[in-house]
Amino acid sequence: MPSAIVVVASKVGLHARPASLLIKAAAAAGVPVTIGRVGEKAVNAASMLSVLALGAKHGESVEITVSDSENADIVLAQLVEIVSTDHDE
Amino acid sequence: MTLSGIGVSPGVVVGQIHRIKHAVIDTPVPASPREVFAALDAVATDLEHASQTVSLDVAREVLGAQAMIARDPALVEAIGARLLDDITYPDVRDAITEAFSGFRDALLSIGGYFAERVADLDEIKDRSIAKLSGADSHIASLKTPSIVIASDLTPADTAALDLNFALALVVEKGGPTSHTAIVARGLGIPAIVGCSNILTVDDSAQLLVDGREGTVIVNPSDDDFASRHTRESALRARAAAVSGPGRLSDGTPIPLMANAGNEQDAIAGVAAGAEGIGLFRTELLFLDRQTEPSVDDQVALYLRVFEAMAGRKVILRTLDAGSDKPVPFLNAVTEENPALGVRGWRLTRIANEVLERQLEAVGIAAQQTQADVWVMAPMIDTAQEAAEFANRARAHGIKHVGVMIETPAAALLADKVIAEVDFASLGTNDLTQYVMAADRLDSRLSDLTSTWHPAVLRAIHTAATSATNLSAPIGVCGESASNPQLAAILVGLGVTSLSMAPSAISEVRGYLAGLDRATCVHAASLVLNASSAQEAKDIASKILGD
Repeated sequence: MPSAIVVVASKVGLHARPASLLIKAAAAAGVPVTIGRVGEKAVNAASMLSVLALGAKHGESVEITVSDSENADIVLAQLVEIVSTDHDE
Repeated sequence: MTLSGIGVSPGVVVGQIHRIKHAVIDTPVPASPREVFAALDAVATDLEHASQTVSLDVAREVLGAQAMIARDPALVEAIGARLLDDITYPDVRDAITEAFSGFRDALLSIGGYFAERVADLDEIKDRSIAKLSGADSHIASLKTPSIVIASDLTPADTAALDLNFALALVVEKGGPTSHTAIVARGLGIPAIVGCSNILTVDDSAQLLVDGREGTVIVNPSDDDFASRHTRESALRARAAAVSGPGRLSDGTPIPLMANAGNEQDAIAGVAAGAEGIGLFRTELLFLDRQTEPSVDDQVALYLRVFEAMAGRKVILRTLDAGSDKPVPFLNAVTEENPALGVRGWRLTRIANEVLERQLEAVGIAAQQTQADVWVMAPMIDTAQEAAEFANRARAHGIKHVGVMIETPAAALLADKVIAEVDFASLGTNDLTQYVMAADRLDSRLSDLTSTWHPAVLRAIHTAATSATNLSAPIGVCGESASNPQLAAILVGLGVTSLSMAPSAISEVRGYLAGLDRATCVHAASLVLNASSAQEAKDIASKILGD
């Protein structure tokens, strides 16, 4: 399963707009996507509550994993882009 | 009658009350799991519909995010785990509340922005239960210009109301980053949050709302309105002309910082344009505790404030318990003269290990944050105390150590005291009461407890001159910094930064931007030779202008 470690770029952390964008994209992926701190239990990236409850803040690293599928690499690249962009600017 | 809360959006208005009440379902709500899921779905649809019709961008985003929560697979799972059978349960309120509470607790423990989303969860839960009970709440939209009062305002409320008719928002709960605050700032109308008695006001009353000061006056006089409105207009004109870091007209930087006791204050400070926290009062975290918080608990509490100020400076003051701020587990013994007793750093004499553990916790927290953490001790009297504090703080890895200058002894011997540390901060409230030997809480002595008194100004001048000679920064973190003219005098006396309530920052910034250093120094030299507080004020007004 393709996965990537990415630093949260938005000042507010994975919250508000950055969280909404991530969750919409993860839900649209059509395959299970998880997100979590490296080495810790990952959560469903399509669940707003689970992503908020991670409490991932600005500057923290998170690992995103996309289940094996035809477009997994493209989906992963999209999600990495969302998390590594500062949406507050 | 005057009520107070936290002013989160400035402005002064007078108007009639429009009260928002939320339906509370206090009878059992029977339902099957399917009906519960259908209710959540219906709430999500309502929220999506509201998000498409609301005109305000911030509200649209929040409503969209709420709809996503109502459709959240993890929430559906949590409810399903509590309602396993396909039957009609006699009352589903507890099951729904419990399903939400896991996420609610998680957000609360993260704190900051995340904790404020708890209101969204409560909103979705309440609406789902209301939907199931058939008591779907409809909020009457505003038809005439009114001041909206409520326990708290949810995004759905603000979507249902036509806020074009809202003159101001005043709510009992909420913090500086709550939905109410964001919406009010978006609309540019005054707002006050955390106004604890607002719901006790009679519906027929007129209210004056001063969103800068955080004050509500019930049935105000014409004079109340005229004076506040005039001041607000002048402040807006001046503040609008200046932005960015605090500086004098000749470019001399005077960092403007905020005083804070917790992360809410820190967030409010950032929103008000503070360049850092000039006084982080740690005793507020201890005051309501019967036992000392553990090192781990303290680290977590300090980190919350530091995180709100990532990339900025935070000056933390070690425990200043005693006198008017007794801490239950420390100040058990009744003192003859508490203001002159065992308080501040003097607590090392009776509870040394408490201060040691605090320094340990601060040192740990400082390593884990991107905030620039400076630490100072209160009630330092002598160079020996300053040296002891500096050694102990540095032993915990704290890089910038300082002292409060708030006793006459410390001010008179500032050259010796400040030489032991990296920086100093003038606590002008205590310095005033100790120089004047007048209790600042005794209203009969209020004429004697003015920082404008030349005796106090001379003490400040002595300390600031010593700091300048040692090339050590010296700030002011008392109420005096929030008075624009006094702030200019302090700068003229040699003070290098000012820390104040967040609400005062824009006013002080605007005032200082109109003065150069030479004018401040000139005015300061004249007030030092005044013979009374009134004369000092008059001189300052004449030289500096209003």
